[in-house]
Amino acid sequence: MRAARPSASLALVKAAGWGKGFSILTRITVMAFRHPWQASLAIGATLVASAFQLAIPRLLGQAVDSTQGVLSGGSEGQAAQDALLTTALLLLGASVMRGLFTLVQNYFSEAVGHHLGYRLRLACYEKIQRLSFSFHDSMHSGDLITVGLLDLEGVRMYFSTALVRMVLLTVLIGMGAYLLLSTDLLLGLLALSFVPFVGWRSSVTQLRLRATWLELQERLSVLTRVMEENLGGIRVVRAFAAQEHELAKFETASQSAVELAHQRVGIRVANTSAMTFSFFVAMGLVLWVGGTKVMSGEMTVGTLTSFLTFMTILQMPVRQLGLMVNAFARASTCGARLFELLDLDIAIKDDAAAPELKVTEGTLRFENVRFAYPAADREDVLVDLTFEARRGETIGIVGPPGSGKSTLAHLIPRFYDVTGGRITLDGQDIRKVRLQSLRRSVAVVQQDSFLFTTTIENNIAYGDPWAKEAHIERASESAQLHNYVLGLPSGYDTVVGERGVSLSGGQRQRLSIARALMLRPAVMVFDDSTAAIDAGTEQRIRSAMRRYAADRITIVVAHRLSSLMNADRILFLEAGRIVESGTHAELLALGGRYKALYDLQVRPGDEALSA
Amino acid sequence: MTEQLETTRDDSRDEERRPPRAVVGSHRIEEEIFGKVFDTNIIRRIWAFVEPYRRKIYGAVAAVLAFTAMQLAIPLIIRYAIDHGMKPGTGGHALPYIMAAFLVAILVNFAASYLQETLVGSVAEDVLFDIRRAMFAHLQRVSLSWMDKTEVGRLMSRLQGDVNSMQEFLETSVLSVGDITLLFGIIVVMLTLDFKLGLLTLSALPVLFVVRLFWLPRARKSFMAAHETNSIANGALAEAIHGVRAVQGMERQSVNFTLFDDKVRANLKTHLTAARYAQVMVPIVDSLTGLAMALVIVVGGARVLNQALDVGVMVAFLFYIQRFFDPIRSLTLQYSVMQRAMASGQRLTEVLDVPVDISDAPDAKTLSADMDGSVEFRDVVFGYNPRHPVLKQVSFRVNPGETVALVGPTGSGKSSCMSLIHRFYDVQQGSVLVGGHDVRDLTQDSLGRQIAMVLQEPFLFTGTVLDNIRYHKTDATRDDVMRAAQAVGAHDFIMRMPDGYDSVLGQRGGNLSLGQRQLISFARALVADAKILVLDEATANIDSYTEMLIQKALVKLLEGRTGLVIAHRLATIREADRIIVLQNGELVESGNHQELMKNEKLYAKLYDLNYSSFDDIPEDVIDDAMTRPAT
Repeated sequence: MRAARPSASLALVKAAGWGKGFSILTRITVMAFRHPWQASLAIGATLVASAFQLAIPRLLGQAVDSTQGVLSGGSEGQAAQDALLTTALLLLGASVMRGLFTLVQNYFSEAVGHHLGYRLRLACYEKIQRLSFSFHDSMHSGDLITVGLLDLEGVRMYFSTALVRMVLLTVLIGMGAYLLLSTDLLLGLLALSFVPFVGWRSSVTQLRLRATWLELQERLSVLTRVMEENLGGIRVVRAFAAQEHELAKFETASQSAVELAHQRVGIRVANTSAMTFSFFVAMGLVLWVGGTKVMSGEMTVGTLTSFLTFMTILQMPVRQLGLMVNAFARASTCGARLFELLDLDIAIKDDAAAPELKVTEGTLRFENVRFAYPAADREDVLVDLTFEARRGETIGIVGPPGSGKSTLAHLIPRFYDVTGGRITLDGQDIRKVRLQSLRRSVAVVQQDSFLFTTTIENNIAYGDPWAKEAHIERASESAQLHNYVLGLPSGYDTVVGERGVSLSGGQRQRLSIARALMLRPAVMVFDDSTAAIDAGTEQRIRSAMRRYAADRITIVVAHRLSSLMNADRILFLEAGRIVESGTHAELLALGGRYKALYDLQVRPGDEALSA
Repeated sequence: MTEQLETTRDDSRDEERRPPRAVVGSHRIEEEIFGKVFDTNIIRRIWAFVEPYRRKIYGAVAAVLAFTAMQLAIPLIIRYAIDHGMKPGTGGHALPYIMAAFLVAILVNFAASYLQETLVGSVAEDVLFDIRRAMFAHLQRVSLSWMDKTEVGRLMSRLQGDVNSMQEFLETSVLSVGDITLLFGIIVVMLTLDFKLGLLTLSALPVLFVVRLFWLPRARKSFMAAHETNSIANGALAEAIHGVRAVQGMERQSVNFTLFDDKVRANLKTHLTAARYAQVMVPIVDSLTGLAMALVIVVGGARVLNQALDVGVMVAFLFYIQRFFDPIRSLTLQYSVMQRAMASGQRLTEVLDVPVDISDAPDAKTLSADMDGSVEFRDVVFGYNPRHPVLKQVSFRVNPGETVALVGPTGSGKSSCMSLIHRFYDVQQGSVLVGGHDVRDLTQDSLGRQIAMVLQEPFLFTGTVLDNIRYHKTDATRDDVMRAAQAVGAHDFIMRMPDGYDSVLGQRGGNLSLGQRQLISFARALVADAKILVLDEATANIDSYTEMLIQKALVKLLEGRTGLVIAHRLATIREADRIIVLQNGELVESGNHQELMKNEKLYAKLYDLNYSSFDDIPEDVIDDAMTRPAT
């Protein structure tokens, strides 16, 4: 049995402190600039695009003034016409350029994000594949998926939604403010008066929305769970006539989510309306004061127009200030989790100069092996375990639940490292050889085997995807799967797994036995992997495998005694120690725990199970 | 055999890095994302959910219209300010009035936007939850055979994805009313202000329309490709997480990495293409805006110079131009939302329309707790497909307090008997009686309360052990629960868990062994305290120690109850008061162990095969035994 799950540290990282947050953001920035020309293009284009953006209001103002000039009897009509034409062309040019550079800005900032995402995804995938069993035992797979999907997304979006947007806003607001204030200090101040308010509201709101969003996700996942369990367990629900109870459960979960959803709408609406209002108030003030100035001749209508246009242009980015703040916050929390995963040490890995495992005689030895699962204050699961198995031998391992049978099986391919003593294969400590070579020599047929969503053929050839068809069929025959597969409409091309044809427990186990046979291992471990296979079929599998048994060590962990009665030696484990050992006959004669178990399993009055 | 020993692998194979028989992740073509743009039938069905909130919707539409009107009014007010409020020498008497008008406009704007967003947002949320509730409640009543055929994952995507896209639809459809009004408003106002100039400016509009028409299908294809490659890559990552133990056990990391790289690279490529499509519209819209403004400046400016046009009108035009591409952009986006919503709506109505086969008769009686607890089958004919009956004229009676074991090879109809007692399905002929009443005359609820059921696959819910044992009997006390757990022998291992009865079980009781889950489901049945117990024994091998506990628990569980057990273990079968043997949907014999052994028919033959459980017996062996004369 697997270790109890200690609370995983990854899930616990909530808000990082400022210093930590900053260092995470720096790290993402550095990573983004590993695509130097794309990142620079994005930022360069942002600067140019905002410059053109800022030119537009001025040009509009000029245009208006050109027309006004004639009215007030200033310049010549023809000159004004020419001026208008020039302004119009400039305006067209500025618009086109702004558009083009915005395209460059947006495209390359997204491209940087996608490239970053590409690299992070690979890194994440590789890390997850390599992290040892003890890590995966301690992590909820859902949390790991969250890191690999959502957190990665948050980091990926950082460049375009946080960094580039920050550059854009700084330039737009800074330059805009300079232009406005240098033209007319009072009017400039009025025109900009909405900026701090909107910026602040928008930031506060976005952060609150983010907090409620996270909370809402939490509540929605409760709702999801309620619905999923209800539908999955619909027979139980109906059997207990518990529909009312289930509906009430749904209602509670649903209510709590809908309340928060309403709250979110409230937060959002209150702020967008307030922001728009403050913008218009500022505009009204500009119009009023500006109008008075125009009347008194202190200012031209064109300047006023350019002020108003400026404000229109600034409005959108200022509203997005909150999104930027949010993107920073999101990237720093998501980054904290993602980097924690990427920075994890892989507990079980090769020494730098580890040699390949060389299987010669084929002798497996447990020498005073001790093992405890990594969580603190865990008791030893295996204590001072010593035994030897030679090529051609079959070792049976049996014992009450929790006696350490499965743990023992998991130590041989180094899914976990022993905490004391050592395990050797032909004299080589398995911790000192290349992991890949070890695992190719040791195959474990797991208790609950995972089937990949692909064809039966690909599943059997999982460990040796180069295999020839004949090999696959032979393995499948040995595992007593071949006839069943041939009976399927698409035979070996039938897709199984989560999204394919569902196989019964016994069929799954037979498939995973075939899969292990493909590896032609020197040590073959059955970890209680025939429990769902009926006794008759199991016997046939065993006799099919007896042909190869001479060339390898076979270790059978089982609680059904008929699975291991024919073993060369049977070890009876209790609380991590070998308490009895010998052949079936010897152990029966001993009259100890094994005998008691045997009596339990065999029908009273029946002499023996047919072997 | 020597061939089997070639453990050294051909290293050249490792160089060809993509092996022929390897894939990572799986991908199912997603369901139709887009449907018809408009389907009156679906709209009608959805409207039924919106109807209760119609006042709010009308209010929202009114607010949207007011909001749009103000959007249109503000440039006009600015125009008046310029032309009438700030002419040098006019004394500026008009300006205060104009400013007052502006203030009114922005106040209305504020109120309207507030109202509109609150109403639309909250109605959309409410409708979302209403639809989901209706579907969920409906699923509680649809027939089990339909549920069996339907994957939970598929239903969940109805309850979530499809419902969400309806919410999105609702929000955007109110907003598109605003967009359409704004678009037409701008056109009307421009043409009224100055017909010729307006016409000239609007000439940019069809250009954008045509461009978007060409752009949209291609862009959408690229967006969908990006979306799809993304879910493929994510699926592969999820597979790596779930299957990590198999991956490491088979040393597939390097191969998988290469394959995953292909997928992520494909995802990168499609995303870059999609980004190109998304961004290409930016310069087009900007250029058209610039063009329209240039036109206004050249043509309008010339007319201002000729005094044929007020300068304020020109300014107003410039403001409108900056606005008028927005509605077109959002309208084309809403078009996709509509299509998606129609496809979702179609699927939602499909779920809501699944017929409820079994419902209480109008005059259904309540089965009282003091009924005798007998169960009787009278000439029952039943098949999931009526043309292929699973049970053929089966009749038997289980007396109050009696324990009957149902025995027979796979497919003999045992499970169907069990489902019929509970009226999961209705019989085609004959009748099933519980406590002397035809189950079709009883309310399902009261029937369920008198029959406790233990399924082969124990199903536990996320939550504490206590909640799982108590389940829907929320009035059961902690003592009741503990007594039940003690009775079935689950108490000891529960107390060994970190928080005892308050320990939270993982997903589907993942942190317990099968045997332990079985015991908990026994305790649950005991707490339910029903007159009749229907039990489907687990077939999977349970370790002998737990098995022993289960056998003892079973005795406790059946005490004082009518028991109907689909038995797989000989120990259970022999303990039964009576054994009913089914074969191919017919009752072939019944009696106790000794009687049946003397009978020398199917039971005796199965028993003589000497398997510790009837389910271990391979089919060919049964066939063999049946054809061989009895010994």
